[in-house]
Amino acid sequence: MLDDTDRRILRQFQADPDLTTADLAARCGLTSATCWRRLEKMQATGLIQGREAVINWAALGYTVEVSLRFTLDKTVSRAFDEFLAAAREVPEVLEIQTFLGRVDVRLSVIARDLAHYQTLYRTRILTLPHIADIEALMHIARIKSDRGLPL
Amino acid sequence: MIDPVIDLDDLDRKLLRALSQDTSQSAGALGRRFNLSQPATWRRIKRLEAAGVISGRRLRLNAEALGFGVTVFLGVKLARKGQVSLGDFERAVTAIPEVQSVEHVLGLYDFRLRVVARDLGDFERVLRRRIMTLPGAGEVEANVLLSEERRPGPIG
Repeated sequence: MLDDTDRRILRQFQADPDLTTADLAARCGLTSATCWRRLEKMQATGLIQGREAVINWAALGYTVEVSLRFTLDKTVSRAFDEFLAAAREVPEVLEIQTFLGRVDVRLSVIARDLAHYQTLYRTRILTLPHIADIEALMHIARIKSDRGLPL
Repeated sequence: MIDPVIDLDDLDRKLLRALSQDTSQSAGALGRRFNLSQPATWRRIKRLEAAGVISGRRLRLNAEALGFGVTVFLGVKLARKGQVSLGDFERAVTAIPEVQSVEHVLGLYDFRLRVVARDLGDFERVLRRRIMTLPGAGEVEANVLLSEERRPGPIG
């Protein structure tokens, strides 16, 4: 389904999502028409799901980022669903992931400063249902963040 | 408390939220949605970019359809801290193509990695040959991603 040309397009596009179709085509050594047709096809088949703007929360005053890892009380049958539904109600939660492993759920939470984080932690996080255990990893620096696929 | 570098009004927040979901919409189309002229919309987007609120764009690909069926989050603890420089570890880990993100954290682990692989066998290969052999890598904890959702965050 995916040939080398498609892969080349995705690799270049992933590295620089701001490229116009013409520039992308030039980098891949293709004509604009060919490149456009292949992009259209990959969009139609759902390989390319879209392009999104990346928000820099620090520029909006959110300087604290914490990764909270939860173990849930699995004796409660609806623990996951109820926990996830409640976590979605907290605006400062940016990401919700569920896992197979020692950790059940991870939330990525941002706050304006440590005082704000402490308030959030006490009033919105500790009050989430069915928590058996919480671990916090305080974010210091982002070393790599492109999230690109090794195509 | 650190002041944000930019104050957003309601329209900015709506635009930001829309762009964080789909940035391929034209300024004209976005403007029509929010009752704003095309030039006014364009100016607001430029202002968000200039203030660094929009730090870039990301292509959203269907990893599974592209053959990457497994995503694993790794917590990595450095062994013998001080003897191996953080810089050496960071340079080496950043160069691994399967490692999608690297965060330096404070807590139970020193680094948090997001790793993508074709399947569990492929992941094992990456773990053994590339992660465990990193300079200074000590204890590693792996959690296999089952589901993931991104939330809009505190805008609006």
